[in-house]
Amino acid sequence: MASTETTAVKDGNDLDGVEAGLDALETVQTSRTPLRETLTRKVLPPVTAIVLVLVVWQLLVWAEVAPEYKLPSPSDVWGEVRESWLQGTLFDYIWTSVSRGLLGFLMALAIGTPLGLVVARVRFVRAAIGPILSGLQSLPSVAWVAPAVLWLGLNNSMMYAVILLGAVPSIANGLVSGVDQVPPLFLRAGRTLGATGLKGTWHIVMPAALPGYLAGLKQGWAFSWRSLMAAEIIASHPDLGVGLGQLLENGRNNSSMAMVFFAILLILVVGIAIELLIFSPLERWVLRSRGLLARS
Amino acid sequence: MATALAKAADTDASVEHAARIDHVSKSFAGPAGQQLVLDDITLDVAPGEFVTLLGASGCGKSTLLNLVAGLDKPSAGSITTDGRPALMFQEHALFPWLTAGKNIELALKLRGVPKAERRERAEELLELVRLKGAYGKRVHELSGGMRQRVAMARALAQDSKLLLMDEPFAALDAITRDVLHDELTRIWRETGVSVLFVTHNVREAVRLAQRVVLLSSRPGRIAREWTVGIPQPRRIEDTAVAELSREITEELRGEIRRHGQH
Repeated sequence: MASTETTAVKDGNDLDGVEAGLDALETVQTSRTPLRETLTRKVLPPVTAIVLVLVVWQLLVWAEVAPEYKLPSPSDVWGEVRESWLQGTLFDYIWTSVSRGLLGFLMALAIGTPLGLVVARVRFVRAAIGPILSGLQSLPSVAWVAPAVLWLGLNNSMMYAVILLGAVPSIANGLVSGVDQVPPLFLRAGRTLGATGLKGTWHIVMPAALPGYLAGLKQGWAFSWRSLMAAEIIASHPDLGVGLGQLLENGRNNSSMAMVFFAILLILVVGIAIELLIFSPLERWVLRSRGLLARS
Repeated sequence: MATALAKAADTDASVEHAARIDHVSKSFAGPAGQQLVLDDITLDVAPGEFVTLLGASGCGKSTLLNLVAGLDKPSAGSITTDGRPALMFQEHALFPWLTAGKNIELALKLRGVPKAERRERAEELLELVRLKGAYGKRVHELSGGMRQRVAMARALAQDSKLLLMDEPFAALDAITRDVLHDELTRIWRETGVSVLFVTHNVREAVRLAQRVVLLSSRPGRIAREWTVGIPQPRRIEDTAVAELSREITEELRGEIRRHGQH
């Protein structure tokens, strides 16, 4: 202790001060935005947009640009919402679809993540199935409904199969591009620290690829949700319960445009809600903790 | 703190060299066939010694450092080091998903330090680079100089006998660089680690090293060596530093000029 103290003090006194000054001058100050600003910047614009859409919609109805069975008024659609709320079926519709969608998404996550990792890290596998995986991403998953029904019948497994075929390629591809964008410097730094092989994958590659992976998850969810809706619209069976897709199909069968609009609205709202409640906060948290979120 | 530093300073007497670079050559496949980058380099770094490798661009000094770090293999010759060396880059290379403290702890974890000791050891290392209190700071919240000091702490966390530095201060402003020279000299003396420091800045080389090795360019060969007898602590504006720098700069210019002639 004594020997180190003396040297530190000898050339330290002056150095300490200069260094503290430099640190203070160059350190980035960050602060949180106040609530009022968040409200005017983030909440006001979308609310304005929604109000505008409703106004235009009502004006079109008043102008009678289309007969009522083709263009229901906002109040008709609201009536559908109210009715299903009073009957207690509203949350059943939503939950039937959302629980399917989320469970399917979690399965896609469990399959797509290791798959993406292997494709990204093993050259042979990448050459073998990489192009197919990106190709599958552009294949509309509704195409899988027909074979899935024939293979698995009209049941929940068929729904999950369609979700997986839609979402797994997105999740895997997101991870692959996330891994590809890991700066080589991090890999070199990791190797000098002794992070090679699986340790390197766990400590360096995965966390470094997280932003790309999250983007893939977000897209994976969108694909899950779309695939599920396609499956629900096409394949309906009394045992399957009424999800949002079936609700839409029922509306069509009953020639009730208000019900069709109601179903579309719910599908849209659920999609937005999942995005706002799960993916946006997750993404913002990751980007902010890395200093990648520009403050405007 | 004292025990940790004493441990690092205790160099193994049975090992003669922190690094031994023995007739090493390296060539890469280029557009005109095999291109020789390093030609027959022989260089020893003694335990606790501070050596700077100096050269113009294209002299292969970073390539040599990569070879010593084990990130690449020599085409001919051999390199032996006393354990795995630590490496510091021009960019701080800190992981942005971890805090400053956790970056250091990752290095400790990867060399097998038990979980219970990591936090304390990381705090000690942060104190060594005078960043007490920066444990929970994110990388983007630190200034350029602070980042390089955390990177230095992370490199020291590897507890290597040899610290390789690849122009670690080149991207910093002059005042910060000057301060970090003082820090590096202090830490080198306190820990007894051997340093192989690559730079193209002659004054920096003279300011820091006990021995300056000049590399010629294309292919990189050892052109000349100087032992720097100026006592530490030195300052970059010292007359003795300036005089030796002038001499070395002349030599370096001569080396560069030869390339314009053919």
